[in-house]
Amino acid sequence: MKSAPFTYYDPTSVPELVDLLANAEDAKILAGGQSLMPMMNMRFLMPDDVIDINGVHELNFIERENGHLKFGAMTRQKEVLGSNTVANAAPIFGEALRYVGHIQTRTRGTIGGSLCHLDPSAELPAIASLYGAEMKIANADGERTVSMDDWALAYMTPNISPEDVLVDITFPLWGQNHGYAFEEFARRHGDFAITAVGTLLELDQNQIITKVAIVVAGADVTPTRLYDVEKDLIGQIANEGTFADAANHASEIEAMTDAYVTATYRQRLAKTLTNRALISATERAKEKQND
Amino acid sequence: MTDKRDIQFTLNGKHYAEAVETRFSLADMLREQLDMTGTHLGCEHGVCGACTVLCDGEPVRACLMLGVQANGKEIITIEGLADGDELSPIQAAFRKHHGLQCGYCTPGFLTTLTAFLRDHPDPTEREIREAISGNICRCTGYQNIVAAALDAAEAMRAA
Amino acid sequence: MGARYFGAEVQRGEDEALITGKGQYVDDIRLAGTLHGAFLRSPHAHAVIKSIDKSAAEKMPGVAAVFTYADLEEPVNQQQVQPYPNPNIRQDIRPYPLAKDEVCFVGEAVAFIVADTRHIAEDALALIDVEYDILEPVVNLRDAISEAAPIAHRGSPDNLVSQLKISYGEIDNAFEKADQLFKTDFLQHRGGCHAMEGRGVIAQYDPILESFTIWSATQCPYLVRRSLASQFELPESRIRVIANDVGGGFGPKAGFYIEEIITPWAARKLGRPIKWIEDRREHFLTTNTQRDTWWELEIAVTAKGRIEGVRGSVITDNGAYIPYGLLLPFTTMAPFPGPYKVLALDLTQDVVYTNTVSNSPVRGAGRPNAAYAMERVIETVARNLKIDPAEVRRRNFIQKDDFPYKTGLIHFNGRPMTYDSGDYHALLEKALELADYDGFAARQAEARKENRYLGIGVSSCIEDTGMGPYEGVSVRVDPRGQVYVSSGAASQGQGHKTILRQIVADELSVDIEKIHVEIGDTGKFPQGVGTVGSRVGVNIGTAAYSAATEVKTKALALAAEILEADLNNLEIEDGIIRDRGRSNITISLGEIALQLAPMAGAAIPEGHTASLEATSFDASKGPPHASGSNVCEVEVDLGTGEVKLLNYSVAHDCGRKINPLIVEGQIIGGVVHGIGNALFEEMIYDENGQPQNTNYGEYLLPIATEMPQINIVHQETPSPLNPLGLKGAGEGGTIPAANAVIAAIENALEDFGVVVDKYPIHPERLCELIDQGRMSEAAE
Repeated sequence: MKSAPFTYYDPTSVPELVDLLANAEDAKILAGGQSLMPMMNMRFLMPDDVIDINGVHELNFIERENGHLKFGAMTRQKEVLGSNTVANAAPIFGEALRYVGHIQTRTRGTIGGSLCHLDPSAELPAIASLYGAEMKIANADGERTVSMDDWALAYMTPNISPEDVLVDITFPLWGQNHGYAFEEFARRHGDFAITAVGTLLELDQNQIITKVAIVVAGADVTPTRLYDVEKDLIGQIANEGTFADAANHASEIEAMTDAYVTATYRQRLAKTLTNRALISATERAKEKQND
Repeated sequence: MTDKRDIQFTLNGKHYAEAVETRFSLADMLREQLDMTGTHLGCEHGVCGACTVLCDGEPVRACLMLGVQANGKEIITIEGLADGDELSPIQAAFRKHHGLQCGYCTPGFLTTLTAFLRDHPDPTEREIREAISGNICRCTGYQNIVAAALDAAEAMRAA
Repeated sequence: MGARYFGAEVQRGEDEALITGKGQYVDDIRLAGTLHGAFLRSPHAHAVIKSIDKSAAEKMPGVAAVFTYADLEEPVNQQQVQPYPNPNIRQDIRPYPLAKDEVCFVGEAVAFIVADTRHIAEDALALIDVEYDILEPVVNLRDAISEAAPIAHRGSPDNLVSQLKISYGEIDNAFEKADQLFKTDFLQHRGGCHAMEGRGVIAQYDPILESFTIWSATQCPYLVRRSLASQFELPESRIRVIANDVGGGFGPKAGFYIEEIITPWAARKLGRPIKWIEDRREHFLTTNTQRDTWWELEIAVTAKGRIEGVRGSVITDNGAYIPYGLLLPFTTMAPFPGPYKVLALDLTQDVVYTNTVSNSPVRGAGRPNAAYAMERVIETVARNLKIDPAEVRRRNFIQKDDFPYKTGLIHFNGRPMTYDSGDYHALLEKALELADYDGFAARQAEARKENRYLGIGVSSCIEDTGMGPYEGVSVRVDPRGQVYVSSGAASQGQGHKTILRQIVADELSVDIEKIHVEIGDTGKFPQGVGTVGSRVGVNIGTAAYSAATEVKTKALALAAEILEADLNNLEIEDGIIRDRGRSNITISLGEIALQLAPMAGAAIPEGHTASLEATSFDASKGPPHASGSNVCEVEVDLGTGEVKLLNYSVAHDCGRKINPLIVEGQIIGGVVHGIGNALFEEMIYDENGQPQNTNYGEYLLPIATEMPQINIVHQETPSPLNPLGLKGAGEGGTIPAANAVIAAIENALEDFGVVVDKYPIHPERLCELIDQGRMSEAAE
């Protein structure tokens, strides 16, 4: 199980990188390598060129400004998990990242790599969807921005071309008192989720839901925002009955069947996990109100 | 045409300058080029954890890094955990608690736990189980590994 | 002399090298000039090979040779030898070393490339052009037995490997007289090997001595030697097989594989050492697995839950070839009726070929299957008669004073199946106490208030361990008083060296540090059998004890003459023999050894034999029967079907324990393997015979976060069959585990009438069963 040969490049700046990409015919960008390397070892992928961007240090940063949280694409999952800035501004990252792989993969795996690999059950694309994150893409011709809704085109297919590189990802932050929850069901700790549900939620003083976002990962081919369910929840009192209705609604999600589980089971999980995530997020929002 | 790169790195405290075939994984480089065979390959697709080494102090899967990516890095493998003849606390605890049977996955557990105990000097059993959840052992059922880690943590705190 | 080491938690001597990275597993062996091999493997489950064009691969720089079946000469080109021939095998089909003209499972070796590096060898695989005619495969065991089934091998009349029948007692009478009759049908799936080290071979041929040296990651170096000697038509003395450090075995590494033929053959052909290391994908495709058995059982029972008779059938998926005789099917039936006194039994087993990888034993072989089947019988009785499952066991257990107990069946060693000793009632009570079984109802009720569903399950088993014929041990003392022990029994992590040292150190009263052990090398010990079936501790323990006793007897006899002492008055302590009455009159074992092995010209003292050494092949006089009762407590999440293991209790009886540290390690590891079978491990094939989950992201092995605390209590019922009272401990953790887990799940979901019909049980399937239960409840 050894990789086929390739030509190796290790640019140290974005201009150098996009120049290489513009001139490559069959290149793969090597970020954290936690998905690309297995596929190369198994020869499912045999690119002519491997462009290692681990030396492009400008792609590794975490910034909070103007109500936004911005990550350089090469920020490691472990760095996101260990960041106080992230923990204060968007604590759901901490909850979700516990489910991402294992300590030996989080030390290498990157936020940008995860978004470009776009596994349907992966946690970071789910959070990007939850926040409506924006991706900044660069190529030799310049830069552009793609919103998360336009990013996930199909199964493991991001809206990015071979000559492009993902530079950074921006998350518009929620109010300081938002509640959050990330509920996931996998067979074993650290496995890819069969289904996961992330929720952000804000309440007024009367426990009326004023803002909510729900994303389901792993059910369909891309992470799915439950916009209709969210719309119905706005203005409702955050209680068990409301959440049970929302959960029933969530179970109507489009879902896929594979060699291991059926669409029906994924829908069941979407229901169970949506209910649990809403309850947990509400509890956290209430705690914040009471602080 | 073989694509090779000249790189320099530190391995278990010793400086190396090597021309490495770019498609070699870090594990291949250690085993095939440097004959450092303590790092074992269990799956070569990044799940079993047997090949875990420390790269600049952090546990990484040596089958999921290229050898050339060791350039400028400090690598520690199983061969570098003991201080001369003196076993590290986690090594000693594995022996004491029968934390290994066939020993094949053991290097990956020891490197992982070396970093984990450095960062978490007083872990709970649950935290230890999560820390080693990326390492598969077919022999031990993990229980004695967890006991060894708890004991090593205590020994390190006392030292 | 009291035992210093026997029964003590002696730390393993094996460990220091392994925790410092100095192990010598097969892939760590470096021989100058080594070439590296890779196999081209069939992408089809069943196909005819029409043509192979290897010319492009041969021309690739760095490639030394490309071999196909056509390159093999007589006698190597014959089907791989059968190590376990048996008249019950109806169609004995083994693979050719490379596929001749038909491939019968995905992964079957078609060509072998030898190159400068493994990387280049893999590069060249893509350049071999094979044209196949695809045939319809048979994949499922229940399809395989049907008349309309596709045939797994061209030219075969059907897919039946063998039909085995066992019976005793008056089965028809039992069913006629019974108060109640019940049925239970279920599918058992057991996974594959998944030792963290895959298989691997490095072979070197010496043209001057015309002999092979072969390192193989095998459990059975002597089986490999014998098989290769047949395959190559060479004397065994020309073949040395070494299994140095082996990274786990678990059964599938006990067999003989075509890679162990091709690698040495190519090494001789090319005059260079050749290494082939199985990668993980190859492990999934080509290393034997155990997989499916399908059971249909009928039970005759009294109103009080006494089981009068069990009859039924089982189908066993054999996979594509029969490389390991009928050991797996035999062990699937011989352990009946477990720890229970069932009055009559009648079972038929059909073993069928399918176009999937060959099957051979995995930890426990067929014993976990048989144990699960018997435990399903118990659960079925308990459920239908509404008797506590622990009580059903009590009512049916063989009594303490029934031993030796003959079940009425014949062991595959040809002798009546006889349980030597045990106390199943006491063992069960120990397990129940450890698990606080009596307190469970309160725990369950408390949890139910929070809508949490707890369940508890019990499982009991026996295990025929320590099977023959023998595993020899040599003990020799040198003039420095150092003791050399060698044995045929290779280790894959079971600590054989340590237990040999313990037994010999005690018997000779020497410090354990003076004992040097060599195992797993056919060049170091003349004959061996293999590390399978929880047999080695019993057999090497017995032989080591005999050999060391003989050495001691020899030493004391000469010492008595030299010291002019009464033989009965001599004792050994720390390697020094002294006369109890005159403590200053001593002679060391080393000095005795020098007397018996002097330099040229000297004489051996009259009446004594040369060299202070002895070799023993003494073995247990029959298979000692270990036993166990396990209790598992679980919580089932109705929203997801997730099963959380809360607690696991083991009461285990493996006779006298040589090393409790090692015994407990074996039990815990074994239980976790059984939990993996019950909940996680499943090799999935699609209808074309394509394995679906050939990676560790999708084939789920147990990991630390999902495993419960496993608490163990021991009972020691010494076996009367061997002098140290030993019973095997290697598989007793695995054998009962699946039912403990499954029964606990069923108990948790009792309100929904859930009966698990297949393991591993998936969360999704549990959700379906819960829903079915709800619907039928609603309908009522």
